[in-house]
Amino acid sequence: MKIRTLSRSTASHQAPGSNVSRQPRNLDPALHPFESAREYTRALNATKLERVFAAPFVGDFGRGHVDGVYSISNDPGSLERFASGSGDGVVKVWDLPSRDEVWQTQAHENIVKGVCWTRDRRLLSCGTDRAVQLFDPYGTSPGSAPIATYLGSAAFTGISQKRSEPKFAASSNLISIYDLSRPSSTPSESFSWPTSVDTFTSVAFNPVETDLLAATSADRSLTIFDQRTHSPAFPRTVLTFACNSISWNPMEAFNLAVASEDHNIYLFDVRNTARALNILKDHVAAVMSVAFSPTGEELVSASYDRSVRLWHRAKGHSRDVYTTKRMQRVFAATFTSDNNYVVSGSDDGNLRLWRAQAASRAGVKSARERQKREYDEALKERYKHMPEIKRILRHRHLPRQVKKAAEIKQEELQALRRRAENERKHTKKGKKRPRTEREKMVLAREQ
Amino acid sequence: MEPGQTEVERQANPNITSAQPTSRKAHASTAKPAAETAGAKRRAAEAHKTYGRGRKIETRKIKDKKLRGSLRTLETKYKDATVKAKDAEILLENDAGFLQPEGELERTYKIRQNEIKENATRETAKKGFDLKLDQMGPYLFDYTRNGRDLLLGGRLGHIATMDWRSGKLGCELNLGESVRDVKWLHNNQSFAVAQKKYVYIYDRAGVEIHKLQNHIDVTHMEFLPYHFLLATIGNAGYLKYTDTSTGQTVIELPTKKGTPTAFAQNPYNAVCHVGHQNGTVSLWSPNSSTPLVKLLAHRGPVRALAMDREGRYMVSTGQDLRMSIWDIRNFKEVDNYGMRQPGSSIAISDRGLTSVSWGTSVTIWKDVFNKSNDDQQRVHLPYMNWGGEGNTICRARWCPLEDVLGISHDKGFSSILVPGAGEPNFDALEVNPFETVKQRQEAEVKGLLNKLQPEMISLDPNFIGNVDLAPADQRRRELEATQTPAEIVARLKKKGKGKNSALKRYLRKKSGKNIIDAKRLRIEALVEQQRKKADLNRQQQEDDFGPALARFARKNV
Repeated sequence: MKIRTLSRSTASHQAPGSNVSRQPRNLDPALHPFESAREYTRALNATKLERVFAAPFVGDFGRGHVDGVYSISNDPGSLERFASGSGDGVVKVWDLPSRDEVWQTQAHENIVKGVCWTRDRRLLSCGTDRAVQLFDPYGTSPGSAPIATYLGSAAFTGISQKRSEPKFAASSNLISIYDLSRPSSTPSESFSWPTSVDTFTSVAFNPVETDLLAATSADRSLTIFDQRTHSPAFPRTVLTFACNSISWNPMEAFNLAVASEDHNIYLFDVRNTARALNILKDHVAAVMSVAFSPTGEELVSASYDRSVRLWHRAKGHSRDVYTTKRMQRVFAATFTSDNNYVVSGSDDGNLRLWRAQAASRAGVKSARERQKREYDEALKERYKHMPEIKRILRHRHLPRQVKKAAEIKQEELQALRRRAENERKHTKKGKKRPRTEREKMVLAREQ
Repeated sequence: MEPGQTEVERQANPNITSAQPTSRKAHASTAKPAAETAGAKRRAAEAHKTYGRGRKIETRKIKDKKLRGSLRTLETKYKDATVKAKDAEILLENDAGFLQPEGELERTYKIRQNEIKENATRETAKKGFDLKLDQMGPYLFDYTRNGRDLLLGGRLGHIATMDWRSGKLGCELNLGESVRDVKWLHNNQSFAVAQKKYVYIYDRAGVEIHKLQNHIDVTHMEFLPYHFLLATIGNAGYLKYTDTSTGQTVIELPTKKGTPTAFAQNPYNAVCHVGHQNGTVSLWSPNSSTPLVKLLAHRGPVRALAMDREGRYMVSTGQDLRMSIWDIRNFKEVDNYGMRQPGSSIAISDRGLTSVSWGTSVTIWKDVFNKSNDDQQRVHLPYMNWGGEGNTICRARWCPLEDVLGISHDKGFSSILVPGAGEPNFDALEVNPFETVKQRQEAEVKGLLNKLQPEMISLDPNFIGNVDLAPADQRRRELEATQTPAEIVARLKKKGKGKNSALKRYLRKKSGKNIIDAKRLRIEALVEQQRKKADLNRQQQEDDFGPALARFARKNV
């Protein structure tokens, strides 16, 4: 008879004198019962912990501004610096790690409507005092006078730096292109739509096809100009409401996002603006500013409803909403260049720093912790459709005004929808093509 | 019901059922040499047998490009995982034990314990031992989940715990009243004892820490380690679940079949099987007031029950001198063996050895069921035999992760070696027989964090996260069926405004006034009580108003 009996020695699992014991694994499913129930429980716990550790607000910057903050711009040459412009004409440069002011000056006599950095890390600011000022925050002391001043015929509303050349565009009643390399304070060229007389509200150069620039104007239109042909590159799109801000997707540079007065953010492919790529709906007041993350996957928006919202470009609703008790109307928000934080500037004069992922923490993590986080992420992804997990992930405590406004808005939208549905019901079949949600806001396209 | 018949009820829980999520991009498959592809396919198929999680999703016919792509990626990921799990088998250290006859005439059942001990290593040979405890017997016992500790309970009140491999005694108690069952809880730090009247929980030092006063006259206990539920059933036939982590009673289920004769849990899906006097076995979960399944297993009282760890087969013995093997996936009887005496205890080991104790001996069967066979072969000879020394056997249980069978009888406890019984390769993150104190503590915390809810117990334990395919009206009917009549009465009791009280309306609408049952008496008493209260209120009001205004007192308050 051949006999063999199972024999395991304690020493093989923990060497004598050692306090480290081996933990052998066996992946046979028979040894791991209730697989999906246990995974679901872990996913639920991970979800709850994520909400427990969600602390998006990191802090505010220095003593902020005296007046509201209306523009923010990241220094493209540094991960640590950004500039902000305020309602009293002051421009400040901030340091992200210390959250302190490093440089400031009285740039304008009135509201600073836009700030942006040049390629050689100098700072441009435009204001309603019809001037664009060029500063050198790295080379001069705080409070110093501008290096150069560029004048325009009307109040400026926005500014954008061209990526390939030392030129910038500033929007006022027309789009003026200034050349930094020329010793002239007048624009080298200018764009406008022939039939339009309204003010342009914002302008943005395309980061990849650097000769293209997008502009929104007060007559509710979105126009793409081409510097090479000195004419509009695509048909002008008129939307139902005016837009406040534009942001090009840095990774798919033919797509852009516009922040609309009608509470939504529209994502367009500029090659075909007849319909939006996506509509981001959640704000309950006009969206004042929108910015893509450096990865092009996410967006941050600042709204008049005193909240900052974070979005995924492919999802229709916001991923997260950031508010505080004291934050007033938010006019500017942007991702930091490392994609990990969000900076927002609001009417109360404060600049706030938020985490891009509310539950994430900076700092070195052990391999074990990293592994656990990855595992939890995978579990959450797998069970995100479960009602309980979905509920916990979605729940946010909102200020009463926002919640109430959302309820009222919901009711109004429902009424509109009901009305449209009734209209559809009582229209002869085939007489009127119903417009899809994504093309409803496009009023007209003009060649 | 005829023998071999079953009654199955569908399980559905709308709260924890949902669609399977999908989202990933597809990989482009690259062309490979044919031989390599065939080899990989064979390897994948082999891996799928052990590590696969069900059938693949057929993606070819899906029209939605995005969905098809994401499902394909998901399938590739799953396949990859199974192949990798199969490849990881190379890391398993131990091989299972065996008894293998060398000649035509050799029989495994003839082998004696001393022969096995001679052939085993010294450390293993020490695992076969006898404890002579002839004062307080007959004895019952239980192993912890990792098989390291042993809990012995003598009918006359003797309780002892021990680390049986090192022979270290943990605690010893003399309760002075009868002990009906003993059970370790989730680890070796506490255990439950079903005593003469109540169930008590003791800690490792033998200090009584809880008295479960609503578990009365308990005869059988089971502990569901992943749900932290202690399930007990006693002479009255009430199956009671208590959450041992919170102390809450989860549910009390009347089985309505009298004193149960056998009780066991299915380790695969935590469903409790109760054997009854009339030969039926009913399957219970805490989510249903009726049994999930009733099956007629024997033509006499069921004596013992056991399920294999993968939840495929149930082996039961009855007073009708039969041992029957059931496939509990489709509730069909697989085979049926005759016995000389009714089997008093059954246990199925990790590797599928079935020990059946009857009278004074234990028979161990191998391959009475085999998950890899489509048709189960009838086995004619047992694998091993033990006993016949005049000690009536009370209970035989396999020691987890060891080639050891524990047997308790009226003269004490015997531990015998059965080669090929235990799982050779344990998973230390699941149960670890070599765990240190720190590991035990960590496992306890992890276990509590990942505690499964009682609602998750169902015949199919993997229903969570899957789509409930039942039609809407069926789901609605089931939801209605789960609402107990108590809720309807509660709704009736809602106090309406005005004279027409809900109770009175109920009394009026309910026909059959001459049927006087307990419910009607109770309702009439309630009406009377309300009337008296109203009278009292009115009297008080009249007194308050004084003689002139008394007529304005409200009649119904």
